[in-house]
Amino acid sequence: MSGQAPDTTGRELAEEARNRVRFEEEALAYADQVYQVARHLAGSKEEAEELMQETYARAFRSWRSYTPGTNMRAWLLRILTNINIDRGRKKQRQPLTQSLEEGDYSLYDRLEEVAGPGAAEDEERLLHRLSQSDIVDALAALPHDFRDALVLVDLGEFSYQEAAQILSIPIGTVMSRLHRGRRILRQSLASSLGEGT
Amino acid sequence: MTGTPCPKCESLLELYLDGELSEAEVSEAEVHLDECGYCQRQYRFERAFRSYLRQALAGEPMSPELRVKLVALRITAHRADGA
Repeated sequence: MSGQAPDTTGRELAEEARNRVRFEEEALAYADQVYQVARHLAGSKEEAEELMQETYARAFRSWRSYTPGTNMRAWLLRILTNINIDRGRKKQRQPLTQSLEEGDYSLYDRLEEVAGPGAAEDEERLLHRLSQSDIVDALAALPHDFRDALVLVDLGEFSYQEAAQILSIPIGTVMSRLHRGRRILRQSLASSLGEGT
Repeated sequence: MTGTPCPKCESLLELYLDGELSEAEVSEAEVHLDECGYCQRQYRFERAFRSYLRQALAGEPMSPELRVKLVALRITAHRADGA
């Protein structure tokens, strides 16, 4: 026989059910934003959709570990990046090529050369030399660790501290991966300009 | 591009654009940007590049089918809990 007053237990259960619904509604409201990040962390649209489903399945199961009032988007992305890192470890390891940081990586210089005299002051005009597919491909070709940091900070607009928490790495590691990832991305785009000329 | 590259500026500019500098460091960066034509051009280019990158990478929205699947997962979790 239970010693607790039935109405107290009933109220607690009702409150828990309300909290759960609130959590689920909030998590689903972030799905579009989470998907944009997933799309660039994963290698393809299909992988991104699988990643989203695994993420939300885990989030709905472990909803009690979310603290209401904290950053829901960061919480969801932490789950997503962890799943993605585990999947990446199982599937592939991309070796870093030695040439990644060699040579003149300046994208700005390369764009000026390609665009010709007088174009330097018009950044928009210079940048239109880069096609969307070149940018998508260059990002996709980045090694996982660098891409994760770059996607979270440059697309997800997270601070270094938030990215560090999401990826469970020190803030200094976020900074170095971001810096190197950006350099590699720019170098790769500068090289793509050379290929067509 | 003309001008003399400076590694310290490159690092400062990156943190400045990321919004990761303290107030005092922001002032220092802005004083430097006012004085250095090379960094001004780098700053304008980097700012434009980041905006261009975000536009280029803004993909299509999530499909309605995926949204339905996510909602279904919510129901699955409830069932698993016996809720």
